[in-house]
Amino acid sequence: MSAAAPVLAVDGLTKHFPVRRGVFSLVSGHVHAVDGVSFAIGQGETLGLVGESGCGKSTVGRSVLRLVEPTAGSIRLDGVDISHADRAAMRTHRRQMQIIFQDPVSSLNPRMTAGDIVGELLEVHGIARGEAKRARVSELFERVGLRATQIDNYPHEFSGGQRQRLGIARALSLSPKLIVCDEPVSALDVSIQAQVVNLLKDLQREFGLSYLFIAHDLAVVQYISHRVAVMYLGRIVETAPRRALFRMPRHPYTESLLAAVPVADPTQRRERRIIQGDVPSPIDRPTGCHFHTRCPYAEARCRVEAPALREVAPDHHVACHLR
Amino acid sequence: MMAAAPILRVEDLDVRFRGPAGVTRAVNGVSFDLWPGETLAIVGESGCGKSVTAMSVLRLIPSPPGEIAGGRILLADRDLRGLPDAEIRQVRGNEISMIFQEPMTALNPVLTIGYQIGEALMRHEGLDGAAARARAVELLDFVRIPEPARRARQYPHQLSGGMRQRAMIAMALACKPKVLIADEPTTALDVTIQAQILNLIVDLQKRLGTAVILITHDLGVVAETADRVLVMYAGSKVEEADVAELFARPLHPYTRGLLASVPRLALGEDADTEAETRLAEIQGMVPPLSDLPPGCAFAPRCPLADATCQTIAPALREIRPRHAVACHHARDVGP
Repeated sequence: MSAAAPVLAVDGLTKHFPVRRGVFSLVSGHVHAVDGVSFAIGQGETLGLVGESGCGKSTVGRSVLRLVEPTAGSIRLDGVDISHADRAAMRTHRRQMQIIFQDPVSSLNPRMTAGDIVGELLEVHGIARGEAKRARVSELFERVGLRATQIDNYPHEFSGGQRQRLGIARALSLSPKLIVCDEPVSALDVSIQAQVVNLLKDLQREFGLSYLFIAHDLAVVQYISHRVAVMYLGRIVETAPRRALFRMPRHPYTESLLAAVPVADPTQRRERRIIQGDVPSPIDRPTGCHFHTRCPYAEARCRVEAPALREVAPDHHVACHLR
Repeated sequence: MMAAAPILRVEDLDVRFRGPAGVTRAVNGVSFDLWPGETLAIVGESGCGKSVTAMSVLRLIPSPPGEIAGGRILLADRDLRGLPDAEIRQVRGNEISMIFQEPMTALNPVLTIGYQIGEALMRHEGLDGAAARARAVELLDFVRIPEPARRARQYPHQLSGGMRQRAMIAMALACKPKVLIADEPTTALDVTIQAQILNLIVDLQKRLGTAVILITHDLGVVAETADRVLVMYAGSKVEEADVAELFARPLHPYTRGLLASVPRLALGEDADTEAETRLAEIQGMVPPLSDLPPGCAFAPRCPLADATCQTIAPALREIRPRHAVACHHARDVGP
């Protein structure tokens, strides 16, 4: 699957947000949103990034595009380190990578027509304007399953699923290599969700796109990903090829995450082992392994020593002392 | 589990909203029975009328623009539809309570959790402040919130999302209602917290014998918690059956499409054999409720639709025992 150099290689990505308190807004602590995350995505490959709210998965996605400035770490796009690229250089790099968001309504400008939204980047990057732009836009419309007659409509005239198609068409307009998909189907109804997931898969096959697919729905992630990385409180705790991860999850957190998903089959009602407690605050994280406060197997060393990611099977990495 | 009579009986409910675009028929002739101790799931996609149906039971539809235009809502033998406001307030939170998707918007941010739980007890059971506060702490303990006495003195923003939902459940159960309406109770929660809350609801229901109406779009949640399922599409009930029957033999093309379009998590050995096929799609989208097609509302998206479907709305027929479906083409498919 992977070509010689990965399309995206992230190494040691870290992002801390300062927490300010009181009248002088003094920094009283840091949210450790992302803490030393590394991964690579090959051409035509989808890496599913999963985890619960606050685990840092969206911050990873935004850092990759430098929509938030990473505190440390490197991001390589096609072998080129872009972590310190200036604004002008970033403009060029952004042609190679785009993002689609969960909520297509708030990510689309309500005062622009659908055609202008989809064609905006073509104009900004000086690729096409006027008739050429319109022709390219109608091509994109058709490719994502919208009618070219809808070009002059406004976003509110589209349904939720159609708006997500607009977001996809816009992201495709510059023929990027990588698209960061940040919960692209979580706000959609299931019948529409299936349409959008299938579209993303088709586009990947057709254009050799790479996806960083951020989601909390594990069934959707299993369906679309080639590899999966599981995050907990800012760190990747397990990463593996899709089949290995779902066949035999190694990290206790991955296990409990998979066990918690309700199964749409009433003959399989299970006595489920449900982990107790809430995810701890990313401002005041537990020492050692962040998961030890909820882990059924935790031992003394888990409370003091943070486990490193180790390769336990080919391409299957786990950060756990016990596995 | 089968008592002599249903605790709640909804007959031919019609709910409409008047707006600039005309009249929206949000709920059209929906009927169902809720038996003591059972969980009835109402499923469907956005705008199918599942939440409006639930809100109508408690007469929580804002009027105007909304209006319960027809039907009866019978709690025991009382029709809630004609009840004076003062009396419906006695029903809410006492005989029927409700929990919502987003506890933060349903809780009052400037009152402590303990006070908000105690409020219903003071109102409906005449407890004084101290007694109500003591009961509130017991209730928080009952829904397994650690350190209940400390939490009772806190405000909603000091609790995590999962804990707020537990507090809402404590509040809803304070007066031991006969019916609990849960409107997407776990949709806003993370999957591990969702599992905790669903377990809690199922467990409390067993201990208290409360009947639950569960409104959800998540078929996994339905499969794991419901006894019976009612499927809604564009304001109408299109299918109703016991949960095992519905998942084994979905008879309405919409229900079949819905079940096929959900990606299933394949674990263990299934993860190897998991098919590399496309997800089934239901083509098109839900028609606007202000402009429903004549005939069957699902016809424009239905692979089986013919001329009859486009002109005549199918009636609900019980074509297998306890399995009703509104489709001209539905047949008993046998065991």
